[in-house]
Amino acid sequence: MYAIKHQARGLVSHGVSTCQGCALELAVRVILDVLGERTIIVIPPGCAALFSGFGNETALRIPGVQGNLENSAAIAAGIRAGLEVQGKDDITVLALAGDGGTVDIGLQSLSGAMERGDRILYICYDNEAYMNTGIQGSGSTPYGARTTTTPAGKPTFRKNVLEIAVAHRIPYVASASIAYLEDFRRKIARARDAGGTAYIHLHSPCPTGWGYDPSQTIRVAELAVQTLCWPLYEVVEGKTRITVKVNKPRPVAEYLQTQSRFRSMTPEEIDQVQRTVEAEYQRLLERAEA
Amino acid sequence: MSRLQDRVMQQSGSSKPVRYLYGPVATVFAATQTGTWRIHRPVINQAACNRCGKCARFCPLDIITMDRKDRSRDVTVDLTYCKGCGICAAVCPLGCIAMVPEGGEG
Amino acid sequence: MVRKLLDGNGAAAEAMRLARVQVIAAYPITPQSPIAEKLSQFVADGTLKAKYLRVESEHSAMSCLIGAQLTGVRTGTATSSVGLALMHEVLGVASGLRLPIVMPVVNRSLVSPWSLWCDHQDTMAERDSGWIQLYAADAQEVLDLTLLAYRVAEDPRVLTPIMVCMDGFFVSHTSQPVEVPDQEAVDRFLPPYRPQNLYLDVDDPMFVNDLTPPADFTEMRYQQKVGFEAALEVLPEVMDEFARHFGRRYDLVETYRCEDAEAVLVTLGSMSGTGKYVVDQLRAQGQKVGLLRVVSFRPFPADRVRAALSRVPVVGVMDRSAGLGAEVGPVCTEVRAALSAEGRQVPVVGFVGGLGGRDLAPKTLAAAFSRLLEIRAGAPAPRTSQWIDVRADALQLREVPAGVRH
Repeated sequence: MYAIKHQARGLVSHGVSTCQGCALELAVRVILDVLGERTIIVIPPGCAALFSGFGNETALRIPGVQGNLENSAAIAAGIRAGLEVQGKDDITVLALAGDGGTVDIGLQSLSGAMERGDRILYICYDNEAYMNTGIQGSGSTPYGARTTTTPAGKPTFRKNVLEIAVAHRIPYVASASIAYLEDFRRKIARARDAGGTAYIHLHSPCPTGWGYDPSQTIRVAELAVQTLCWPLYEVVEGKTRITVKVNKPRPVAEYLQTQSRFRSMTPEEIDQVQRTVEAEYQRLLERAEA
Repeated sequence: MSRLQDRVMQQSGSSKPVRYLYGPVATVFAATQTGTWRIHRPVINQAACNRCGKCARFCPLDIITMDRKDRSRDVTVDLTYCKGCGICAAVCPLGCIAMVPEGGEG
Repeated sequence: MVRKLLDGNGAAAEAMRLARVQVIAAYPITPQSPIAEKLSQFVADGTLKAKYLRVESEHSAMSCLIGAQLTGVRTGTATSSVGLALMHEVLGVASGLRLPIVMPVVNRSLVSPWSLWCDHQDTMAERDSGWIQLYAADAQEVLDLTLLAYRVAEDPRVLTPIMVCMDGFFVSHTSQPVEVPDQEAVDRFLPPYRPQNLYLDVDDPMFVNDLTPPADFTEMRYQQKVGFEAALEVLPEVMDEFARHFGRRYDLVETYRCEDAEAVLVTLGSMSGTGKYVVDQLRAQGQKVGLLRVVSFRPFPADRVRAALSRVPVVGVMDRSAGLGAEVGPVCTEVRAALSAEGRQVPVVGFVGGLGGRDLAPKTLAAAFSRLLEIRAGAPAPRTSQWIDVRADALQLREVPAGVRH
């Protein structure tokens, strides 16, 4: 049992050393509010490790383990197997990893767990770069974004791990946004009860790494959805449904202009982003209507 | 229920039974006093606020308290932890939260 | 008890079944694959009640085991060579979290050059990973050392994972009659696993493996050191108990005809059987030679090695890994350190041989003994390792036309 040094309303301490305006901090509270205390969490190194704690103090009131950067899904799968053979079936096993630990170095173990169908809930909080190590580019860094390892702007588009998850035919895959909390909450609950591997990819704006005022986190996240840069959808047993429809999309430039990381993009590059997100959204619509 | 209570060792000079865990582990639930980071603090216009709750929902720290049924009770922010990010002010539909510099008037 | 014809891999799988491992995660690699196959077959046919995770890599295998063991169950895997190397990062997690995982390792050389065959470089590369390392000489020992390893690893004084090492092909694929104890007898020796240190339990939560400040790190490493020191006491205790239960006796080291020996060769693993044969032959010719086999390489039983060699005038050590950059191989380094601590100026000659599947044949070991006896007779003792079976054309292996390459 944890000794309680400071009280908190929920399962997460109120004072955690994430940056001002960190979307992840809100996400962790929302996720654990939905999942409750019968949850075991796996956290790799990264921003979320600030919740793991330091020394004898942790910011979480549930059992958890900090793994390595690339093995969150494998540790979670092992935890599930251990619980399963003991008949402990009412516990949620949650892996909470960033984009680096998911789309780059952790993709192999995630793919293994998804292919085996291990009953774990994997949530990727995507702040679109290696933020905890100082804003280095990742496979999820969007086209044109400046990071400390893409100083001239990233020359390639991000990899779409949501669709990689869909290709594994797992029962539940969803994108989510910190600006659409009810949508996010519903998806967490649905993923928990999916009966197999469930994957949620959360767009998690980072004022420090993206270059915007910390107060604008929710607005930036909302703009990503409204400009089609981050469509909100879910794929349940292979069936796609757009959960937040964007009938009148705003131009991507509105979203890109909110962040200094996109400042060096040329009008042609912005135009290419515009065409790409429109085409991808169209494909999503067609799949949802099919 | 707790296994921490069995396999106990007697700590010298204390009647409290304890045992020791080996390896890296945290056993204390604690908070950092993140309020010390704050440069601006939120000041709420209590009269203008309609208690819609949006600020509380989006506060990353979950430290805004309000009684949505009783407007006579003030909306409060726990300044022990508030980092002063200003998300509450930015999302308020009525614009009734102001971010005021710490150390200044107000 | 039944006698079964088993090879080392089969013996390892039988031992894990008898230990009632509950979660298995394994990835195939030559020459370990039969262990993974047999365990999955045991689960499929219901003779082992366990969950088998068919993982996509050794790194994930060990990661799964870490997660599963933290929930409070006994776990199992096995690996070899580059598979062990891929696990390297998480081996340290298992030992640092004090998880008593027992893992058979089938010794095979590391790349490059690619080789499917035996040497000890894979486990020697992990000698500082915080795992206990026991080296079995045959299939019976694989079964026995694996069974007793669970007791040692799970002992609250030790709480340290254990590798049970066996030589690839020489042990893993060589069948012999193996005495397989009854399940009831094993259950009497090995009680069900009960987590005593770190665990994941929603009814008794703790956060495992968070960031440790410099203020505590040294102390946590020290805790591990204390665990290794305890293992030097617990291993013989459990080995004695094993002998009472099953009649077969083991020790941290094994001496063979060392009493009045003028030269002793220190060995590890399956070369020891050949070594004993050579000792017998040389003894028959009137040469006073003996053999000292190290069973526990980690922890290294330095006191026992010193005691066994206390009156031996010339010592040789046969390393089955190169120890590149060191004066001698890793086992020889340990033996030299152990003997020098006593202040004795005994020559300890480091031999390197049997790499990448090359057989350590009787004539090779006999050549090593000859060198030792020459030194006993007054020849100078070399400081650096003697590559006892290297061919004379080592530097002329691949011939191509000379000329400038553009």
